Order: sequence, then structure tokens, then C-alpha cells
Amino acid sequence: MFMTNGQVAARPMTPVVGRIRRRRRETQDTFTLEIELEKKRRFSFAPGQFNMLYVFGVGEVPISISGDPAESDVVRHTTREVGVVTGAMRGLKEGDYLGIRGPFGSAWPVEEAEGRDVVVIAGGIGLAPLRPVLYHLMDHRERYNRVTILYGARTPEDILYKQELGRWSARLDVEVFATVDRATRTWHGNVGVITTLIPRAPFDPKNALAMVCGPEIMMHFCVRELHRRGVTSDRIFVSMERNMQCAIGLCGHCQYGPHFVCKDGPVFRFDQIEEFFSVREF
Amino acid sequence: MEASAQQEEKPVAVEGGLRTGMINATEMQRLIDVLRKEGYQVLGPLLRDGAIVYDEVEAAGDLPAGWMDEQEGGVYHLKRRDDDALFGFAVGPHSWKRYLFPPMRRLWQAERKGKGKFRVIPEEETPQRRAFLGVRACELAAIAIQDRIFMQGPYVDPVYAARRQNTVIVAVNCGHAAATCFCASMDTGPQVRQGFDLALTEIVDAERHVFLVETGTETGAALLAKLEARPATNDDLAEARRIVERTAESMQRSLDTTDVHDLLLGNLDHPRWDEVADRCLACTNCTMVCPTCFCSTVEDLTDLSGKTAERVQLWDSCFSMQYSYIHGGSVRMSGMARYRQWLTHKLASWIDQFGTSGCVGCGRCITWCPVGIDLTEEVRAIRATAPPAPALEDESEY
Repeated sequence: MFMTNGQVAARPMTPVVGRIRRRRRETQDTFTLEIELEKKRRFSFAPGQFNMLYVFGVGEVPISISGDPAESDVVRHTTREVGVVTGAMRGLKEGDYLGIRGPFGSAWPVEEAEGRDVVVIAGGIGLAPLRPVLYHLMDHRERYNRVTILYGARTPEDILYKQELGRWSARLDVEVFATVDRATRTWHGNVGVITTLIPRAPFDPKNALAMVCGPEIMMHFCVRELHRRGVTSDRIFVSMERNMQCAIGLCGHCQYGPHFVCKDGPVFRFDQIEEFFSVREF
Repeated sequence: MEASAQQEEKPVAVEGGLRTGMINATEMQRLIDVLRKEGYQVLGPLLRDGAIVYDEVEAAGDLPAGWMDEQEGGVYHLKRRDDDALFGFAVGPHSWKRYLFPPMRRLWQAERKGKGKFRVIPEEETPQRRAFLGVRACELAAIAIQDRIFMQGPYVDPVYAARRQNTVIVAVNCGHAAATCFCASMDTGPQVRQGFDLALTEIVDAERHVFLVETGTETGAALLAKLEARPATNDDLAEARRIVERTAESMQRSLDTTDVHDLLLGNLDHPRWDEVADRCLACTNCTMVCPTCFCSTVEDLTDLSGKTAERVQLWDSCFSMQYSYIHGGSVRMSGMARYRQWLTHKLASWIDQFGTSGCVGCGRCITWCPVGIDLTEEVRAIRATAPPAPALEDESEY
């Protein structure tokens, strides 16, 4: 799916300005910004797409959109502090301004998933680009067969969106399985890598569609487990990460075989990239 | 709006409307004058720092009359010709890309307005009308490739498009091939075929120094009409074609493009990548001189007071470590991976992305490589030692 808006089409490299309405700490190194665009501009996007966020004088980074696709008065981004720009972004306060360009990129196949068992697999901050999918699934629950969320975090403190995960797991029509790499004394759930959740997750491989987002190595092993259970590559979707600067397929950085991740991805059906996925340093 | 109207006025079709004429070499001054009078900045070849580069040409005397280049892997030098040919060289370190896709440009500025607030000031560019004088066939092919990248995808680079639409192209057929040239095998030259307003073929011998002028567009025809030209005879045309044919025949290098897409992408683990990486300095020269390489990066700058900021775009290269950096490290840490990235993109993935090879056979990357790495040689080596493709069916097994 390819979406764009008027602003992007006319000046694809120039941001608009948005104001931080709310800022929320998620975990020790992640935070969510709620941004409203200047002049009350509406914002629509498809789950899986990303924006380029600019901090005045510091720089610009691609950040996935993690809000509800049904709301258009606010843009939500959950970000992990990993570098200079995200560090500066973390220091912004409510009322401060950011530059925004977007939305860019491809989307998770929420329509193609209708009528199927949906398996959402996220590692760490990888839950952020999948949250719009989860909002959509919950809003249109009747369109989908079984819905399973598999989530892995480093420690219980690193679990993102705890309240929402709790709410979803309380629903009778959604299964949530979480695991952590390292447990703490109060953790009573699964311990171990996320791939250990896949063999026992409740879905029919012949009818399932999987959406996977996390570090590349985690996606690599998740795909392997999904294959083992019989989910074919054309039913597995992954979100790739590469250096992105222009977000419109012109700067070259995110080239990945025949694709530009910013424009043809970040969400790929796995068989589109399978040939290169395991090639080191490709 | 204006830009699209101009584009319609400039049909690329040559058939039928093609006009020809013969001009003396002395008419070059008039051509430059006419272009300048019509508001074009004329850019063409001139001598600078021991190389032939492209910059503003005000008079025919600026052109490198009587000079030619000698090129080899890692070698470029100029020497005198035994005639006064104006275009008697091949290509130098510059390509026209620097004028359509400049090495550095500002994208926008931002200005602080009170605490935490700022506004973005878009960059307005009114492109200068420019005439490129002396564009070779390989360079026309390179411009056509960058047109696809910057103007024919889902997103258009507005600055490139505006510059492109304000450019008049005077092409030149090559009467001399450098030892590094291999356009004939890439099917891009040395005969110019399309994408020009005017095409010149320089004929210089003991008796005469003239140019065959062929028009490619109405703009070109209008220019030719302002020159003192006599009709071209069949002999003139035949002589001009012979010159280009001789250039093609003299070409020493070639690149066998047969199945090169599958050859390279099917051999990502070939030991040759390590071997070439041992020689490659990752200096980025090949990508800077390449007329089709289009990668760019951005830099965000602020003034000392922190009141204003701006973003500039700069040419970038897949040979730098920074290029593939994502938090945690670079995707392509090794020189092997970076050389492989460049060559597989240029000759293979480029076809998937843009329907054409990214190489036009100009040979610049060979000449300007400090250690003389030759991509035609690299492809040949991979081809020579690639394991044979697996047989599709082997019934003896069953």
C-alpha cells in the first residue's frame, strides 16, 4: 500500500511543524510523544508507516507511527533513545515543537489478514510499529479469526504498553503471551527468547498470517519457527530497518536488493526479501 | 506549470524533423553567443588543474583546443594533440550531474520563534537556464538514468526537475576513446542517439575543421537556424559516422552484460569480493565521479546563537561506513560488503529498480580509482570463476 498526502507530494523534503501535546514515559529508555500539527492539520496514516521527525538544529530520524489509525487529530510516536536525535527528542517538553514529514512507506496487511488467524510477533520497541495494527484488530475484531500477540522484552521493566497489553489479554477473544530474556523476582511469566512462544501459540498455520517486528536477528529466528510450523513466506510480514534520510527513495541509503526500505518497505511480505534476508552485511 | 509547458515544447523525437548543417569551427563562438543572448549560462569543457572539467564557458577560446586525455586505471593526464580539435578528449572527472544534482544544496531553513517553537522556511529556487556544451553519448545516457530516478518515480525531486527542464543540451559525438571507455559494450555510445537538442560531430583534418550539426528538438533547430551553416552532404554525414565508428572500434575495454544481474546477485559469496576489497581503499572516488550515482546525505546546521538552523543535502557514497549506519552500528562494516553493494547495485539491482543498468561505460570509476580497480575486470573475474548454475533437472538421480 502506498499512501501520501498533499504536503509530502509538493515538498517531499520539507517538514511541517507540530506541537507536543503530551509526553509520556513508557519504560526507562522509551517515551511516547503525542503531537498535534500546526494549523490543526489532520493526519492519516496506515498501520506500519513512519514519519521523519526533526528536532530543531539537531537532526531528523525515521520513527514509526504508533497511534490509532482511527484518530486523525494527533500523531503518536513511541521512541527509544538510541542516539543524538532521539536523545534530544527525549529532552523535549510538552508545548515544544518538532518537525514532521510523512507518512511514508508501506503498511501492514490488515485487509489481507481478514478472515485469518492473525499472529502479531513483536520484540522490544518493535511493538510500537505494530500497535496501530492492534488498535485496528481490536476495533474490527469480528473481521478476524483468532488473534494472538507474542511479545518479548529484555526484562519485565522493558515491557512496553503494559496497560494496553493487560487490557487486551483480559479480552476473551485475544491471546497475549509475553516473555522476557531476564526475569525479576516479581515476574511470573515466561522466561526465554520469543521464538519459544511460537510452537505453542494457538493458530492454524494453514490459515494464519503473521506480522513480525523487532531486531533483525529476532525476526530471522521467528521466521524460522513460523516456517517450521508451516506458515509460508507469503503469509509472513516483517518490518525492516535501514539507514533512511530522505524517506522517498531518492537518497539511496536504505537500498536493499531491488527495494528501497523507505518507499517499498518498511513492511515487506517475507518472500519479497527472503533471498537476501540471511546474507550478511547485504 | 511553466515547467511542464516547456517540456511539451521540447519533443525528444528526432525522426522526420531531423535537420542537419555544416558549420566551421569558428562558428562555435556564435553558438555560445546565441545561447548566452537567450539567457543560457553556457557550461562546457575547459582546462583546470591539469584536467578537463565542466564549468562556465564564455568564449570558444575557453574550450580545450588541441588537448586530449590519456587514461588508464588510476591514471589521467593531458597531452597535446597534433590538431586543434575542440572536443578531442574523452571524459574528465566532472560529469553533468553536478549541475542537475548539485554536490551540495540547502533544502530548507528553520528559524526559532520563542521558547521551543520554530518555523520552517522552504527553499525557493528559480533555476537558471543552462546550456550543456559537449555532452557525450555516455553522459546523455547517464542523464536519462538520473531522469528516471529523480523524476519518474512516485516522488519527484522538484529541484532536479526544474533544473532539467531549463537545460539545453548540445551533445558531441566522440572522435576519440580513452583506454578506459567501454560505452560500446554498454550500448550507450559513442554515437549519440537521443536526448539532445543539438548534436555535433567534429571533423578535423589537414583541409578543414568543421562540425556536422544535427538537431534533435525544435529548440535545437532554432539554434541551428541562427548559425552560419551550409547544408550537409551525404559525404559529410558518411564522414561523421565513420569517425564515430572508428572510435567504437578503437575501444579497448568492454563489459559483457549477458545475465550480469543474475551473475552478480547469484554470487554474493564469491571470493572475488574479498580479493577486490583488499585493494579497495573505500575512498568514494568512484561514486563521486560516476555520472549516475545519486546517493545523498543531509547535514543539519545551526548558527552559534541557536536561532536559525538549516538542512543541506550533500553527495554521499555507499563506500563510507556511516552510509549504512543504524543505531548499534553499520550494516556494511567490511570493505567487501561495501564494494559488493556498489557493484551489485550499479549493474544488477539498478535494473530491478529503474529498468536500466546504472553503468553507462564512461570509465570514470576506473580512471579515478587511486588503485586502478576496474569494474570490467571484476565482472570478468566473477564470470570466469562463478560456479555453474545448478542444473534445473537431473533425472539420473531418480
